[in-house]
Amino acid sequence: MSKRKITIDVPSLARVEGEGALHLKIEQGALQYLQFKIYEPPRFFEKFLEGRHYTEVPDVVARICGICPVAYQVSAVNALESLFEVELTPWIKQMRRLLYCGEWIQSHSLHVHLLALPDYFAEDSVLGLAAKYPEEVKRGFAIQEAGNRLIKFLGGRSVHPVGLQVGGFHKAPSREAAAELLEYIELVLPDAVAMAEWVAAVPLPDDQQDFNAVALTCEDYPFEAGRLKSDSGLDLAENQYEDHFKEQQSPHSTALWSLLEGDDYLVGPLARLNLNVESLPPFLSELLAKLGNPFPSCNMFHSMLARAVEVCFALYQSAEILKQYQMPDSPSVPVNVKPGIGCGWSEAPRGLLWHRYEVDKNGTILAAKIVPPTSQNQARIEKDLTQSLQKFGFDRPDQELRLHSEKVIRNYDPCISCATHFLSLTTERSS
Amino acid sequence: MDRKVTLAVHKFSSCDGCQLALLNMGTTLVELAERVEVKHFAEAGVLEEDAQVDVALVEGSVVTAADEQRIQRVRNNSKYLITMGACATSGGIQALKNLAEDPESWTAQIYPQPEFIDSLERSSAIKAYVEVDFELWGCPINSQQITAVVTQLLSGVVPWDDREKLCIECKRRGHVCTLITQDAPCMGPVTRNGCGALCPAFGRACYGCYGDASLPNHSGLAVRFNGLGLLPKQVEQRFTLIHPDPDARLPIGNSDKQRHREGQADE
Repeated sequence: MSKRKITIDVPSLARVEGEGALHLKIEQGALQYLQFKIYEPPRFFEKFLEGRHYTEVPDVVARICGICPVAYQVSAVNALESLFEVELTPWIKQMRRLLYCGEWIQSHSLHVHLLALPDYFAEDSVLGLAAKYPEEVKRGFAIQEAGNRLIKFLGGRSVHPVGLQVGGFHKAPSREAAAELLEYIELVLPDAVAMAEWVAAVPLPDDQQDFNAVALTCEDYPFEAGRLKSDSGLDLAENQYEDHFKEQQSPHSTALWSLLEGDDYLVGPLARLNLNVESLPPFLSELLAKLGNPFPSCNMFHSMLARAVEVCFALYQSAEILKQYQMPDSPSVPVNVKPGIGCGWSEAPRGLLWHRYEVDKNGTILAAKIVPPTSQNQARIEKDLTQSLQKFGFDRPDQELRLHSEKVIRNYDPCISCATHFLSLTTERSS
Repeated sequence: MDRKVTLAVHKFSSCDGCQLALLNMGTTLVELAERVEVKHFAEAGVLEEDAQVDVALVEGSVVTAADEQRIQRVRNNSKYLITMGACATSGGIQALKNLAEDPESWTAQIYPQPEFIDSLERSSAIKAYVEVDFELWGCPINSQQITAVVTQLLSGVVPWDDREKLCIECKRRGHVCTLITQDAPCMGPVTRNGCGALCPAFGRACYGCYGDASLPNHSGLAVRFNGLGLLPKQVEQRFTLIHPDPDARLPIGNSDKQRHREGQADE
């Protein structure tokens, strides 16, 4: 066993969204200390929402995250519509799913090409990767663009889109716009399959871990709706979430940690695919079989392939919806305000995103609580790092340990901007 | 110029959405990287925070004591500093904290152990701390705003600050006026164009993402909103969503200084 003392300090993590750092200390071959530190300053969104009208909520919560604004908007309208007992039309439900497909495609393609893949080709950034693999990177940008176009189709712009409202959408796009978009999606879908094959061929560490996957599940793969299931046998509706999940503060982080019955758990693409692999369409099951289908997988390094598979699915799903596109009688349904508490959730690109709002009889928000995916994964990330570095071996050079740690963290695609932007206002936590 | 212009992208408190104006450019990003040398852009994987650069793009507002120091270093290391988006330019949506009566209690209301949190009482625009050479307004900004300002700087042209009202763009595009036809409290008459009148195109009222246009008649529009039946508090909320801090709403306007610094960046 090595007797050297190693201190690895990554003061500013690159290729993550937001500001995070990693500190670890190894003495005599044993890990003394490990912290995945989130120092992104808090922005207090839950406080801003108090006293605002419910109609402003989608525009406010979008600003929590520039990479997944649709997830925030959809979880928020889900919570408010469940409180107001709004019956959505099939058109609205389809368009919510289509909008969400756009966000997964955009966010996942960005993660695979710009944030994750450079690690596996010894490059610091996508610019280096583009010099080695110009066609593959160009293809990645074309896929990312499909996501942006889908969000623009229904929301006008891909960051902080303006189309969604409680009760539906502000406007229905034209059939011509739908036909044009469909043409682009169908052009890009084979590219996405080729991208998934490329990602599947990247040599990955085999790092089997014991984790509890938590994700929404439904018949046709979960985006905007579903029941919450887990490896440990959970089966919950939106309003039961707080009975099982609790947040607590760690001194080294501005993100609260969320725990399930006191333990860490996993949300995100790998958890989602593990729990929903049976609901993929035949062409993707065949593709996975060809690639030696590892799902369900306990190797966190399969997260990148899970993202690639979800990009293929989201493109396929978008094409199916766009093929059937018809103009609705109305893009929204009437909303009757009811006072009370409403909960809602959806599967953000990085995993489960849960909202709760308390509303008065005039539709004014009295209290809000938002639990983003990264605060749910934070405990898991530290545990993963501890196990994964142990297995990787502390005898390795510092630079290798550092790179491996960064790869482990990027498997979770932590969105640190999100993680700190809301924390619970209740104080029902352990001190 | 016998060397490439150098560029850094710095993030402060924000949602990362304005950096996406770069990361969503696709192949244009690779082309941009051929024309300028990117020295620091953490989200894209390029790390050299203290590099001396010609142009710094700054996203986010200052809300921690540590960032009060960091923005000074960014300024000292940059010839030409451009703010990207609402947070950096006016303090952003999180400057709603500045309007609260007891912002110091917020940390304690959210965190069981507030002593671990470094958070100032205010969310401040970059110009509250250092001199800013050019501002890109918008929540979010779009890719065209970045390519326009970078191309203008590379061509040795003083960047053009377009402060036209959203209403004018809305009329040019032929959208139906939401204020007149729906009695909707549209911010278009006082808001700077830049989004292309997106909300009116969706049949909804503008909510002011791009900040104030030139010569905005706030009081006149507020009276109109009163006339639509909005209560004074609702009118105030309408004017204080994306750019709530009254001290930071005014754009920087010293064009002589901008020209002077432009000359330096060009040397």
